[in-house]
Amino acid sequence: MGNFKDYINGYTFGIKSLIVGLRTSMKVFREKNITEQYPENRHTTLYIPERHRAMLTMPHDENGNNKCVACGLCQMECPNGTIRITTETRETEEGKKKKFLVKYEYNLGSCMFCQLCVNICPHDAIKFTNDFENAVFEKEKLVLTLNKKN
Amino acid sequence: MFDYYNLTPLLRSIHAFMCGIMPEWLAMTIEGIAVGLFIMIMYAILAIILIYMERKVCATFQCRIGPNRVGGKGGLLQVPADVIKILTKEIIYLKDNDKFLYGLAPFLVITASILTFSCLPWNKGGEILHMDIGIFFVLAASSIGVLGILLAGWSSNSKYTLIGAVRSGAMIISYELSIGISVLTMVILSGAMDIQAIVSNQSDGWNIFKGHIPALMAFIIYLIAGNAEANRAPFDLAEAEQELTAGYHTEYSGMHFGFFYLAEYLNLFITAGIAVTLFLGGWMPLHISGLDAFNAIMDYIPGVIWFVGKTFFIVFILMWIRWTFPRLRIDQVLILEWKYLMPLSLFVLLLMTVCKVFGWVF
Repeated sequence: MGNFKDYINGYTFGIKSLIVGLRTSMKVFREKNITEQYPENRHTTLYIPERHRAMLTMPHDENGNNKCVACGLCQMECPNGTIRITTETRETEEGKKKKFLVKYEYNLGSCMFCQLCVNICPHDAIKFTNDFENAVFEKEKLVLTLNKKN
Repeated sequence: MFDYYNLTPLLRSIHAFMCGIMPEWLAMTIEGIAVGLFIMIMYAILAIILIYMERKVCATFQCRIGPNRVGGKGGLLQVPADVIKILTKEIIYLKDNDKFLYGLAPFLVITASILTFSCLPWNKGGEILHMDIGIFFVLAASSIGVLGILLAGWSSNSKYTLIGAVRSGAMIISYELSIGISVLTMVILSGAMDIQAIVSNQSDGWNIFKGHIPALMAFIIYLIAGNAEANRAPFDLAEAEQELTAGYHTEYSGMHFGFFYLAEYLNLFITAGIAVTLFLGGWMPLHISGLDAFNAIMDYIPGVIWFVGKTFFIVFILMWIRWTFPRLRIDQVLILEWKYLMPLSLFVLLLMTVCKVFGWVF
């Protein structure tokens, strides 16, 4: 009789699991479609998640100052050699010698968006934005200068 | 009783008019050709609608949109464009295979499908093939299709096609038993094999309500076995694309492939149509006893709309099943049939007989 009991149990288990499957797919059927109709909706309903990494930027305040202290940690951390920093040492009013950022070069073409530079930065001077439409026709245009003034 | 939409007087008068202006044999020939053309055109139009519906329903089950670029907002012209494309494709003949059988196989499949298709009761007086043993003819004609699949697989001279065809043969021959027994259950309930008689027996209530528990169980068995018969997922192991490229029609191209594709979708419609005929009252409107005003309004809706509407409802259920369950292995398919479905359908047959004998049906 054990076999027959197994048979009936198999029957009920099978039917139950089939109903669970059908219910799940009907739930998905009633959900909203998630397809992005990209070129048409780029100015209307396009949603790119906040944390999507597409482009490295250096935020500037209203006076055009950035927070970069030219420490060079991001350049050292970058696995691909994407970031190149040019610095110069100037003397401040108190007579101290201090490094200043001259040029912050970022090569979008070789960046792999690992975010190590942003994580290492002690002053949060750089961050990734989700501007993803970065295609250009010449490789040279991918080399960007992030700082606005020295 | 309602009779506004009975097509028989109209067809009779057309026939009388034709016989008046020409000899009867010529009139019969012309009418035959007209009906044949009508079937073909309906077949093509329904296939286009079904393929479009399948793509949209499948997309919604996966949270997608589906075809939406060709032909305006809903992608309505996508499938007609595909049809025109497939008509222009070359039919490739292979080296070293049986050319006659290779060419014959798609026609066998489509012939079986069209023969079954012409048995569907579209409306009162709107049947195309009408005979006393209609439902038996449907079962017999639909079995020709498996011959086409087996021939296609064998004559293509390729391993993929042969494996697909043998799987399909084993599966369809097995599931024909369950289909046969569940159809027999309904034949016992309505006491007729004539499709129009089965439908008109349901004028006071659809079979699924009249036969309550055994009819409902037979309905579920019919849907499972019919899905297998139409070679659709989760029983699509005949063309399991991950393992066998495209199964039995791997080597076919152009319109030969198109025939297989058409037949696959129309078999879905036919399975649903026979289910509607047997269980959901064919072209009979929905009547609720007691609500006379409601019943009168339902009578004003033509039978063909009832039939097509119910059929598309069943088609939707079959698509729901298709896009939910994963494909079964060949041994699982055969176990499901021989260990579970067939004993259950025999039990349902017995139950229905007992119910009918003791008058426990409505």
